[in-house]
Amino acid sequence: MTERSESGGAGGRPPAENMSSELVLENVSRWYGNVVAVNGVSMKVGPGVTGLLGPNGAGKSTLIHMMGGFLAPSSGTVTLDGTPIWQNPGAYRKLGLVPERESAYDFLTGEQFILAMAKLHKLPDPAAAARRAIGLVEMDYAAGRPIGNYSKGMKQRIKMASALVHDPPVLLLDEPFNGMDPRQRLQLMDLIRRMAEEGRTILFSSHILEEVERLASHIEVIVAGRHAASGDFRKIRRLMTDRPHVFLVRSSDDRRLAAAVIADGSARSVQLTDKGLQVEAVDFQRFTWLLPRVSRDADVRLWEVSPSDESLESVFSYLVAR
Amino acid sequence: MNPTIAMITFRAMLGRKRALLLLGLPLLLLVLSVILRATGNNDLDLSAHVLQNFGLATLLPLLALIAGTGVIAPEIDDGQIMYVLTKPIPREVIVVTKLVVAIVLVTIFAVVPTLLAGLVLVGTTAQVTPAFTIGILVGGITYSAVFVALGVLSRNAVTIGLLYALVWETLLGSFAPGAKSASVQQWSLSVADALTDASMVTSTVGLPVAVTLLVVVALAATFLATFRLRSLPVASAE
Repeated sequence: MTERSESGGAGGRPPAENMSSELVLENVSRWYGNVVAVNGVSMKVGPGVTGLLGPNGAGKSTLIHMMGGFLAPSSGTVTLDGTPIWQNPGAYRKLGLVPERESAYDFLTGEQFILAMAKLHKLPDPAAAARRAIGLVEMDYAAGRPIGNYSKGMKQRIKMASALVHDPPVLLLDEPFNGMDPRQRLQLMDLIRRMAEEGRTILFSSHILEEVERLASHIEVIVAGRHAASGDFRKIRRLMTDRPHVFLVRSSDDRRLAAAVIADGSARSVQLTDKGLQVEAVDFQRFTWLLPRVSRDADVRLWEVSPSDESLESVFSYLVAR
Repeated sequence: MNPTIAMITFRAMLGRKRALLLLGLPLLLLVLSVILRATGNNDLDLSAHVLQNFGLATLLPLLALIAGTGVIAPEIDDGQIMYVLTKPIPREVIVVTKLVVAIVLVTIFAVVPTLLAGLVLVGTTAQVTPAFTIGILVGGITYSAVFVALGVLSRNAVTIGLLYALVWETLLGSFAPGAKSASVQQWSLSVADALTDASMVTSTVGLPVAVTLLVVVALAATFLATFRLRSLPVASAE
């Protein structure tokens, strides 16, 4: 589970000794009344960038809140380098958290905000720490303006600076790319990569596979509150393409095509529906390659071939059910 | 007491429109006092009546409610409290700082205006003015502690606080004498009562009981707020 790919992703070089910290979740569950938000999740998050991937509502935020000490696990433990995080404010010396919600203190300027955060951490030289953090996120040009006037991307970066001001070895980011334009997204990815190269343990959540794939050296997949998969992006990709795919096929003669597809053996099941043929292919690559041949041989004209279950939810539910 | 948290809280409270809201009632009290004095209606009875009913029974609970809940509840609602909670700061320091800010605000916007109104109306005759000033100050401390705790405990702090101040203390107090004794207002009045010779200022609660309750309730509320802040559930986006 903790195995990391050397070349893949953006984990970069091995971490510096003094920085390396490890977040460990052991059989963590969280429920609200009868609703189970997180169900028996165990994972270790070490140095490098870890992506927490899952559809909206999967329990990613609940999980990050527990990692950040904002929520007590209903059962199980969350520890940072062996110390529980829940009800342990001292853990924040090692932990930086970027919450998903936008609101910072809008009436403060960026500089006042970061300086206040540095003072709250009781850093020896808060002014220097604030300048450094603001420089890291490249917000110097806007540091004198009230946060209330910032764009969404700027707010995200100043929040990032607030989490970095005490130079923590662990950084948790809840959906950091939400609402960012492509340029801001690239800048933030760059920044996160640089932070990771310094040996930090960084975990960010996202519901977008491409984001996670581009940034994370290690991916943890959460679906419906459960830990569905874990590995580098190649492994996750493979899991996703190796599963049975369902296609919707419309043609000039659905019945005849159904018979031909079944006879060929590249599909597990074929269903005639009023929208067309629903085909469950065993082998994604083979099926997409074979279908045109089969239909040509059967003298059937293909009008439409579309994957019918490509939503992240259905991909992930497959992983959970596996 | 943490100066950075205090600075942020003061700026949040005094920035923008909320300061005007805080200023409205005390200004009204002062204007009323000036008018009463100018028209010669400032005998001791009426003046004590104004200080008790306007200053102690209306201005104090409302200002304490605005200040006490305002120093912490909006921050919890908007999630900014995260920036304070994700620091290695003991939770009791956060609560005490918020409480001190609330008490300072109550002093500026309720205690000082009452003192000024009293001086305008009767000067220091029969110790009415100092008595009410001190009564409102000690009452303000307990009210603030209660409302800060309420702001941490409930997302409907303002509503609950208003119901307490209006329904319990004012309305129910006039029907049920028992309810009247269990109110911060009566305890503060008891303190004022003990400090003035004016016979019209009377409380249903004896001084020793009143002082004990003021202290116990303030401490209990502060402990409760601290305890609650340690395990504050943060509203999840999901």
